[in-house]
Amino acid sequence: MKKLTELCLHEAREGLINKDFTSKELTLDHIEAMESSRSLNAFITETPEIAIKSAEESDLRLSNGTNRELEGIPIGVKDMFCTKDVLTTASSKMLSNFIPPYESTVTENLWNEGALLLGKLNNDEFAMGSSNETSFYGPVINPWKSENEKIDLVPGGSSGGSSASVAAKIGLGALGTDTGGSIRQPASFTGTVGLKPTYGRCSRWGIIAFASSLDQAGPITRNVRDNSILLKNMCSHDPKDTTSSLKEVPNFEDSIGKSVKGLKVGIPKEFFQEGMPNEIVEIWNKGKEWLKKSGAEVTDISLPNTKYALPCYYIIAPAEASSNLARYDGVRFGHSVQSSDINDFYKLTRSEGFGDEVKRRIMIGTYVLSSGYYDAYYLKAQKVRSLITEDYKNVFKNVDVILTPSTPSSAFGLNEKSDDPLSMYLNDIFTVPVNLAGLPAISVPAAKDSNGLPLGLQLIGRPFEEETIYSFAKILEDSADFKNIENQWWIK
Amino acid sequence: MSVDKDNVIKIANLSKISFKDHEIEKILEDLNQIIDWVDQLTEVNTDNVSPTFSSFDNDKGMKKREDIVNDGDCREDITMNAPNSEEGFFLVPKVID
Amino acid sequence: MVDQMKNLIKGSTGDWELVIGIEVHAQIISNSKLFSGSSTSFGSEHNTQVSFVDAGMPGMLPVINSTCVEQAIKTGLGLNAKINNFSIFDRKNYFYPDLPQGYQISQFEQPIVGNGMITIDLDDGESKNIGIERLHLEQDAGKSLHDQHPSYSFVDLNRSGVALMEIVSMPDMRSPEEAQAYVKKLRNIMKYLQTCDGNMEEGSLRADINVSVRRPGDELGVRCEIKNVNSIKFIGQAIVYEAKRQIDLIENGNLVEQQTRLFDPKKGQTRSMRSKEESHDYRYFPDPDLLPLTFTNEFVDEIRKTLPELPDVRRNRFIDEYGLSPYDSNILVSEKETADYFEEAAKNSNPKLVCNWVIGELFSVLNKMNKTIENCPIKALDLGELVNLIDDETITGRIAKDVFEIMIETGNNPKSIVDENNMKQVNDLSEIERIIDKIIKNNPSQVEALAEKPNLIGWFVGQTMKETQGKANPKTVNEILNKKLLNED
Repeated sequence: MKKLTELCLHEAREGLINKDFTSKELTLDHIEAMESSRSLNAFITETPEIAIKSAEESDLRLSNGTNRELEGIPIGVKDMFCTKDVLTTASSKMLSNFIPPYESTVTENLWNEGALLLGKLNNDEFAMGSSNETSFYGPVINPWKSENEKIDLVPGGSSGGSSASVAAKIGLGALGTDTGGSIRQPASFTGTVGLKPTYGRCSRWGIIAFASSLDQAGPITRNVRDNSILLKNMCSHDPKDTTSSLKEVPNFEDSIGKSVKGLKVGIPKEFFQEGMPNEIVEIWNKGKEWLKKSGAEVTDISLPNTKYALPCYYIIAPAEASSNLARYDGVRFGHSVQSSDINDFYKLTRSEGFGDEVKRRIMIGTYVLSSGYYDAYYLKAQKVRSLITEDYKNVFKNVDVILTPSTPSSAFGLNEKSDDPLSMYLNDIFTVPVNLAGLPAISVPAAKDSNGLPLGLQLIGRPFEEETIYSFAKILEDSADFKNIENQWWIK
Repeated sequence: MSVDKDNVIKIANLSKISFKDHEIEKILEDLNQIIDWVDQLTEVNTDNVSPTFSSFDNDKGMKKREDIVNDGDCREDITMNAPNSEEGFFLVPKVID
Repeated sequence: MVDQMKNLIKGSTGDWELVIGIEVHAQIISNSKLFSGSSTSFGSEHNTQVSFVDAGMPGMLPVINSTCVEQAIKTGLGLNAKINNFSIFDRKNYFYPDLPQGYQISQFEQPIVGNGMITIDLDDGESKNIGIERLHLEQDAGKSLHDQHPSYSFVDLNRSGVALMEIVSMPDMRSPEEAQAYVKKLRNIMKYLQTCDGNMEEGSLRADINVSVRRPGDELGVRCEIKNVNSIKFIGQAIVYEAKRQIDLIENGNLVEQQTRLFDPKKGQTRSMRSKEESHDYRYFPDPDLLPLTFTNEFVDEIRKTLPELPDVRRNRFIDEYGLSPYDSNILVSEKETADYFEEAAKNSNPKLVCNWVIGELFSVLNKMNKTIENCPIKALDLGELVNLIDDETITGRIAKDVFEIMIETGNNPKSIVDENNMKQVNDLSEIERIIDKIIKNNPSQVEALAEKPNLIGWFVGQTMKETQGKANPKTVNEILNKKLLNED
């Protein structure tokens, strides 16, 4: 008997409605998968009791016809989302004992549609990282393994737990957050579909803030259709978030299967890097072919300020983070020390509570905002950001979507880059411009490299045009016919 | 621009983070590497460019709230995670003005 | 204009000029806080008016209160200031236990209100213009109690996030009196506008006083900031002490250090604040959780239309409409409640007389009883009625004083007091004549002496008033006495 975890989200949804199985049965299978996959270290907090109780309630609703959009569907949630009465850590020692008395708007939206919480997922500490190696709770292991080497690989970051769990078929989808690529890059490394919506689509209320002008919540799923279903239920206008959009939320699923005939795809020449691995160039070309075949016009475009996006991001994000993380001072919640002097109290608490990468970014952020440096760094970066945003605005006058690789490589080995922060930052090269410009973008698994590891293609759209992205994404997905992991080596 | 040790100490103080002596060298090195790398932004001509502080679509102006009381009055919830609280107050090492 | 010379302080080595600038923090009258929906009411149990946003919990976000914005615009208009249709909220970053977010949301380079000007009224009847540099919106911090425990400070966040207007003056004041007059005027304007209740004891109005000294004509000296002075009286005392301290330092060959200081009312001295000694780099940057604050000229005009009559305008109206002197009008409008009381009392009565009673007897009694006009034991209309009783000669001026005292004690209205106590003025000509004739008959020696000293008629007036228990109409008494005693001569 095929395990129920083999079903993807929309298949499970159908199965529940058709009463092929109950939510409880479905959920128990996912709980079993979660419990037997601990070697991946994808979850920080497992919540089987909550899941089962919710599943039972969902079964009641399914039987009396009051079922909602995501009734009975188990979901994993990145530990950056505050979940009421459930430990929420940001994968940091600083919050290792924090129990929020409130629920984030995005997760509230999902529970209101009948979804259930499988567990809280591991991520890079305070969402800062591209490999899930900075977590206080240890690294997440990528369920994918190279065909030629047996070493552990990173799942990408910061939403490493989210992407790994989805790839390992634990849960029917996972929530992630994306500030510089933290959904799309891990999706690419794990052969899953990850979307960052337009800035303002999802409420940020209740999501532990990293860089306020860049953070967005988004879904990671096994396929494009699932992704569109999950996104629809995450989005809402939230009066508690000043940066929450009033734009109507369409039924994104409707755009799956829509034709892209006559629409234009832009290929930014500046994304073509010197010394780019051939494999990346190849899948990029393949992607162009697939879209051409489906009737879209493919054309070259220029985004002149592309190369400045990374340094720009690494000024702005740490700056905002240095201020957002000032509230972690040991007074009202979180890690705290004993001291008789208030300054020592702060310093000890924060030095003990934060990991190295977080401290590094706080230092950078404080530096670029400090007196004498603000103009040359922070203000300068925000001006460059305007130029980058303008670049995209200009090309979107002539194209409807932009196609690029998601990452400059496939998943690398654990500890391979953890000593070299700069080399780690370069992972975000294709994803970061999108956050700076506030645009929506998706990563779709496109092919495997010579080691059999997943590589993703990224589609970038105009603000609030996630529908267009989904239409194109479905075509890439159908054309790629990407096969998921066969050997579930991590099951104990 | 190069970051020097005095900078690092000053920044660490502003951020309320302390580094042990052997850590200072590493953080100094990291900071310099990163700052030297982001310095490439000086190549970009940003004359007459206004900065973007938010990517939010702002054509309707900032959203405002009505002046009604609809929050607070939840002292239990506010203090439940406090490492050191007594009778509804937060306790901190004594601050002398 | 004010003679600057008279404000100079005489030191041991010559004259010194005092330069004062004031930053006022005024709590905005609103139901809820600037960026959260918690209540702002004073005196509640600690930490009961704190939301997750106010406590700076993870994932919390600010949303601005529209009324607070309007109140700031109103105040700006009351200060004759430029209203900026575009302004930005910045984060001011520093660590302190009463600052839960680790930053205060404030406004730095682009505040909601720009340059303005108010006119202050000095005791000698002079007036002076004081420039306003700017007004901006910002969050108030919580409170720390340092005396509850030997090793801990107790933090209460009720006040954290309450909306404040920070109003910065130009350094235009030159004496403690000018400084006091400025704060009084500012407070009065905001009370008129109902944008701040101006209650310094409860902390809804606090002043940071910047003081420096210089030789007349010289560059500005080094200034010290005296923080959180919370009464008009203390403002005066603090400035006097600080000025002397600085002058003494310089005259003894020392330099004034730029410091943040606190005023100790018990000792009457200022002292340096320890915790503020390290210079702060606040790393201001625009708050990415918020957007620029924008509004149209039309929006501002709509608010302008709703402004009540401001003190200076009201004073001028009192002069024109009621015929009061500028001096008296100033006194009446200096507190909105006094002006309101006066107008109510003068509704149906002679305004000049009402004015005299308010400024004279009423103020004196309120002072003695340590009451304010808001808890005045006499209703305004009753005072007006008292004045009417004098005006229409129902009672004499002297009797009125007695009635007034009874009104204070009982709160009863004057008409019933007069009736109950049989205090009506005696107007009956024949009755008065009869009494006067009796006095004349009984005091022939006085009558004779009158020939030498006509002023002795006062003695007869006195006797008549005594006989009538003060109730005889003094005018009539004088007329009759004159006729009988002086015309006969």
